[in-house]
Amino acid sequence: MKVLTLNFLSCAVKSCKSSSDSFPLHPKDAELVSDDVELNQQLLVNLLPRIDWNALRTTSTELGFPQLPEQPPTAEELQADAKMLKDLHTLLMETQINEGKLVCGHCGHEYAVREGIANFLLPSHLV
Amino acid sequence: MNYLIRFSQSHETFRLPEIQSLALIEGIDMKVIFYSLESPFCVVNLPSPDAAARLIRRSILAMSIHELWGSGPDLSAVHAAVQATTRHLWSRYMICSFKFTIDSYQGSRSAEDKVRIINSFAYLGFAGPIQMRRPDEEFILFEDWEFNSTPLGIPDPKYYYFGRYLASGARDLPKKLDLKKRRYISTTSMDAELALVTANLVLAVPGKVIYDPFVGTGSFPIACAQFGALTFGSDIDGRSIRGDEKKRTLRANFEQYGLLAGLGGMFTADLTNSPIRRAELRYDGDGVTGRLFDGIVCDPPYGVREGLRVLGVRDPEKCPWVIPKGKEMYKNPDFIPPRKPYSFLAMLDSILQFSAQTLVDNGRLSFWMPTANDQNQEIPVPKHPYLEIVSVCTQTFNKWSRRLITYRRIPDREVDQEAMKAREEMKPVGKTADELNPFRKAYFSKFEPVDGGFNDAP
Ligand SMILES: [Zn+2]
Repeated sequence: MKVLTLNFLSCAVKSCKSSSDSFPLHPKDAELVSDDVELNQQLLVNLLPRIDWNALRTTSTELGFPQLPEQPPTAEELQADAKMLKDLHTLLMETQINEGKLVCGHCGHEYAVREGIANFLLPSHLV
Repeated sequence: MNYLIRFSQSHETFRLPEIQSLALIEGIDMKVIFYSLESPFCVVNLPSPDAAARLIRRSILAMSIHELWGSGPDLSAVHAAVQATTRHLWSRYMICSFKFTIDSYQGSRSAEDKVRIINSFAYLGFAGPIQMRRPDEEFILFEDWEFNSTPLGIPDPKYYYFGRYLASGARDLPKKLDLKKRRYISTTSMDAELALVTANLVLAVPGKVIYDPFVGTGSFPIACAQFGALTFGSDIDGRSIRGDEKKRTLRANFEQYGLLAGLGGMFTADLTNSPIRRAELRYDGDGVTGRLFDGIVCDPPYGVREGLRVLGVRDPEKCPWVIPKGKEMYKNPDFIPPRKPYSFLAMLDSILQFSAQTLVDNGRLSFWMPTANDQNQEIPVPKHPYLEIVSVCTQTFNKWSRRLITYRRIPDREVDQEAMKAREEMKPVGKTADELNPFRKAYFSKFEPVDGGFNDAP
């Protein structure tokens, strides 16, 4: 799964949804792979307003990528900034989490990722 | 000017919604002048020949589009229209190579007749070389004949359209994505043609984000990615995504078609306990927070064979050991959590509620649902105050049908708040698979009318 996916996913446990600690999930023992994908500027600009920037900064740091600026760029700034485009493209579109776990910062539940597919099914006591 | 769309005469109720979606995608101002479910010919008004070509370039159900020079119930009416309205165009085609053909729908003409009819257009004065292979221009006279006209001995078609060929639809795409040649499919994979039509209805374009919460082997995300969208998907059954974990996997399908750039992320999840980040709907919402998707597309499991399942235990009192057992076992990677039967209607409603929460303004939900053909057992089109119905397309089988229903997420400020409050007071009931699923019940009672005494059949 592309790293972008992490920005869309919180803990699946209903009682965690109201806690800010349930998002983003924290990668643990993550094995990353990289796909060669052509940069799509229009896509990145469309994604910008949907990305939770603070969560992305956390994820970026946790995965060992360079620190992102505190404030997200505006659409105009992003379009004019080739380096920022490239960095976001590499992080969100090219980098994939292949193996490892995603951990909820609130309840501690660990979601396994195998062959790029995370498993969010919950046992009955958490439904 | 008016243009003629030549549709294939199949999936009739899908054709107009598809073309209207494409007009929206391409930003083309289109007015429908003539359309009938019984005819493969449709007349639309468009701003330019270029717009016409763009309109159908990704259409699955339109075969071609033509600059309409004239039409009428007989040939003399066609000639009169051509002479009255297109004289200024004739000189453009004086010297180019060209081809002149007759396309008879539900009818046929002798070779002699064809020559005679083509020669009746001699006044156009085209002097360029006639070229059957790759001519510069192709002029076609379309004939719309009554059904069965040859055995009935009907001498003439009921209507004619004459026009200049402009462009063809994307009839090659269903071949490219043909299930027969796809690496990894299952019995529930949607056929390529209808998956692509669905992708058109959900407005999949480059730069947009589409999600399928019942992804199976990936039929819809693949079709959406073919049109350039970035796709996400999930399924309660992770095995459908993983396949055999070697060559036959959902990812391998994307690879096969060179669409990996459009594969965002696939994960195992249950829609009723979804990990997708979203905000609760607010009547006074600001309309922005937490809305991730431009489109949601799905073919939820019909639950005909096994009934619908979601996470949970049906009767915790009857088997109290299940939950503690899960507590011990769930960290084991092979642990499969218990599932309980779930109402078909509640599932449809969960899809609508989820879509209202996660679609951007004017984003679309397109989903398939089955229904009985008998009106008494027909399952109504589900409604949600945040979703406006755009189109309902129907594919009819012998005793049942399936519908492709498309909705538009309306902006918060346009939502009927009273309807939303009324909605929240309703709760579904029932525990067994049949109580929960009116379609499954009708299916197993063979769609006999309810008052026919068969409604208790197994
Ligand atoms: Zn949690």
